[in-house]
Amino acid sequence: MSSSSALPLPAETSWSRVSNFWSDFRQSPVAVAALIVVVVVVLMAVLAPFVTPQDPYNQEALDLFDARLEPGEVGSGGYVHWLGTDAAGRDIFSAILYGLRTSLIVGVMAGTLALVLGTTVGLVAAYYGGRIEALIMRVIDLQLSLPAILLALVLVAMLGQGLMQLVAALVAAQYAYFARTTHGAASAERRKDYIEAALSTPLPARHVLFRHLLPNALPPLIVVATVQVANSIALEATLSFLGLGLPITQPSLGSLISNGFQFLLSGRYWISIYPGIALMLTVVAINLVGDQVRNVLNPRRSR
Amino acid sequence: MSDAVLRVKDLQTQFQSRAGALKAVNGVSFEVGRGRILGLVGESGSGKSVTGYSILGLIEPPGRIAGGEVLLNGKDLTRLKGEAIRQVRGAQIAMVFQDPMMTLNPVLKIGTQMIAAVRAHDRVSRKAARARARDALAKVGIPSPEERLDAYPHQLSGGMRQRVAIAIALLHSPAVIIADEPTTALDVSIQGQILAEVRRLADETGTAFVWITHDLAVVSSLADDICVMYAGKVVESGPAAEVIASPRHPYTAGLLASVPAEHEPGTKLPQVPGSTPALANLPPGCAFAPRCAKAGPACTTTPPVQTFEDGRTALCHYPIEPVSCQPHSLTSNTYRSAS
Amino acid sequence: MPAALLDVEHVSKRFVKHPNLGERIAGLLGAGPKAETVRAVTNVSLTVAKGEVVGLVGESGCGKSTLGRMIAGIYTPSDGKILFDRAPVAKSQGRRTQKLTTRVQMIHQDPFASLNPRIRIGDTVAEGPVAHGIVKPREADAYVADLLGRVGLDPGYRRRFPHQFSGGQRQRIAIARALAMKPDLLVLDEPVASLDVSIQAQVLNLFMDLRRDLDLTGIFISHDLGVVRHVSDRVAIMYLGRIVEMAPTSELYASPNHPYTRALFESVPRIGVGRKDFRPIAGEIPSPLHPPSGCHFHPRCPFAGPRCKREAPALTAIAPGRSSACHLNTGGTE
Repeated sequence: MSSSSALPLPAETSWSRVSNFWSDFRQSPVAVAALIVVVVVVLMAVLAPFVTPQDPYNQEALDLFDARLEPGEVGSGGYVHWLGTDAAGRDIFSAILYGLRTSLIVGVMAGTLALVLGTTVGLVAAYYGGRIEALIMRVIDLQLSLPAILLALVLVAMLGQGLMQLVAALVAAQYAYFARTTHGAASAERRKDYIEAALSTPLPARHVLFRHLLPNALPPLIVVATVQVANSIALEATLSFLGLGLPITQPSLGSLISNGFQFLLSGRYWISIYPGIALMLTVVAINLVGDQVRNVLNPRRSR
Repeated sequence: MSDAVLRVKDLQTQFQSRAGALKAVNGVSFEVGRGRILGLVGESGSGKSVTGYSILGLIEPPGRIAGGEVLLNGKDLTRLKGEAIRQVRGAQIAMVFQDPMMTLNPVLKIGTQMIAAVRAHDRVSRKAARARARDALAKVGIPSPEERLDAYPHQLSGGMRQRVAIAIALLHSPAVIIADEPTTALDVSIQGQILAEVRRLADETGTAFVWITHDLAVVSSLADDICVMYAGKVVESGPAAEVIASPRHPYTAGLLASVPAEHEPGTKLPQVPGSTPALANLPPGCAFAPRCAKAGPACTTTPPVQTFEDGRTALCHYPIEPVSCQPHSLTSNTYRSAS
Repeated sequence: MPAALLDVEHVSKRFVKHPNLGERIAGLLGAGPKAETVRAVTNVSLTVAKGEVVGLVGESGCGKSTLGRMIAGIYTPSDGKILFDRAPVAKSQGRRTQKLTTRVQMIHQDPFASLNPRIRIGDTVAEGPVAHGIVKPREADAYVADLLGRVGLDPGYRRRFPHQFSGGQRQRIAIARALAMKPDLLVLDEPVASLDVSIQAQVLNLFMDLRRDLDLTGIFISHDLGVVRHVSDRVAIMYLGRIVEMAPTSELYASPNHPYTRALFESVPRIGVGRKDFRPIAGEIPSPLHPPSGCHFHPRCPFAGPRCKREAPALTAIAPGRSSACHLNTGGTE
């Protein structure tokens, strides 16, 4: 029995997995650029109070004499409004950073909560099978056949305005994607021998669910999660643009775009365009990062 | 052997990886004569399948053929590119895979696929092509071949599908068929049927076979000659019956000794210790030395190819002396039928 | 004969493929498929004494893996019962099977699929015994180290992941996981079929050592007649869901009785016989969806007569400890 000589392999640490992941990830320069954009956007949003000249939440600090200044003009505060100001005299640059904060908070919160809810629902369906699975998955299918924006609109109309209501509406509109992805991945894993081995040991159900099924169903979920954060941000912007999201006193990127929309045709493009560019950059960058994560995690990629 | 139809000389196939170039096939040479069956034997990672794929030019990046020649009737296939190699493949040399669905398209009828395969190389009418397809199916022992032409692959059993794959390989009467573990996934009784058909085909049609397998018993009952591969190299070659009766390389000997059917039930089996080395991490000199009971001081240097009588070779510093007795006898342990 | 540890009594397993919603609608219109029933195992009885290893041999569709999974408590029988130490191994709970004992453990064919790729092997071995209180969490590490040593692996490897091991080493890990539950009965489903020849011998030797040291009882499922002969005390040959012949290993291999057993032995290629004329069994293995009438083997059997088409032969004793299901033994095939 002593004759089995093991291969001399280095013990694998979680660090070496991370470094492998990173060396695969950086194969795509576009994805690396997108990741840099995401990091910068997040940093600027987090550090907004320290890098902006003005607090757009503070109505007192706003000066109507500064209204609708063009990009590059100097306002009454004595500093340059690099991206101009809006009708209430808000510095667009400051408003964008604060807006990013709100958008990112809404996006990440909605994405995370939808992930937790959807994953649980999908896992339960895949694990128990039979009637439970059929019922859950039919509800999910039904929901996925409706456009998310429609569902969110109805929910916001019912729940009313406010940050928490908005997040709740977004979660309800999006958890189905997670549920379906989890269900698909977990159903495939469910048929594998190691699950059969766990069931025949037998290990307790929660053990099989959370230690065996979940971690193996996770890679596709990470991808969906990234994309859904971007979708949440876009969805929130849409709702706010339609006037159903957050009020202008608590600006998100969507409400900022909406705010400047009426001036777009009178030549004061900057009030809408710059928040729009910020929104687009953020959403596209997150999606590009998500794409590359999917490529790296795909076990069938040729390597 | 001057009448060899396929001659592989010093074939080198490498795969680029993070760890550098992995030499999956590292200087393999052998030849196969008309109507003969060569058993290419090895365990996983020995390079036997990569050798088969290399012969047909089916190596894709990050892999490449880094050297050597594959001479099919004197023509070097490694120099052919694109359309030229495609003209040869399927017509003069064909492949049968472990999974017949690598050859068969699941949404097309067997007949449609076989007719297309005939007309890929020969300008004949659909009717003539269909007749040839039917004959090929009959040749591999498929009952009622006319009806099978109208069947879809999923309507056939695994064994039947593999017969169809062999029939497709035979369509253009190729000089050589490379078969990669074609019966490994099949049941014993079906494997027996196919081995019997292949032996008959080789004898009757003169097609040469390179039969890639891990199963020594299959090679022993089917092949004329044998090449044993280990870590990308041929470690032993020669006529099948003689190699099996009296192996000269310690690895071949270890493999043969560890087959349970050759031992008294319940006794400890002689085992080859350790496991196959990773290509990225080969020991210097002889790759088998760390697992070898006969290893000596010279084994840290590259072993020479030793040539013996009857065209036998072994890649070893200390080859085993031949046993002088009768070919490997099984008298005590044979399964005997009561009939 | 010592008391039976495992009792398989008239067990059958049917898998019914229910048509899905679309097919059911098509069915209402008269075009859809009907519910199809696969008879994977039909009326199988088997007893295994303590300390005995019984080999289950057969080709695909013979039901050997399904029978093994019922014994291991992964499936519940459709009919009949499986008693381990006089208590059922598993019970049906709605659509799911609940296993009732930890004393029967299974080892799968493919060690690349049977180990969770994301769990360190030490945790894989430890989680069963910890969950069932066989070992305290504090002592689990030492317990695992001891088990890994026992199956011939360096205990220092327990923080590694499965992909860092070769096939043979993974199969040792799977064996350690099963042993960790302190089983009395091991169900081994083709445990060496996916391993290289030189590694097969290592794992078979390990199994024989463990069997002797731990007084294990085993069900050894394999299509490889040579492997089964080497490790089993008794062998049951299965064909299309039924046991066709059962005998002590040495007697079965010396003088097989059933025509299928004989044909199977003759179609196996063997080392050292040299180029030989195969006498393969004619015909295909029928689908278990539509098995032939009477004796399932009759369409391929050279001795078949009219009675074989009509009547399924029962497994009857032909000598002490031997039984065979063939009309040739019980008054002929006419």
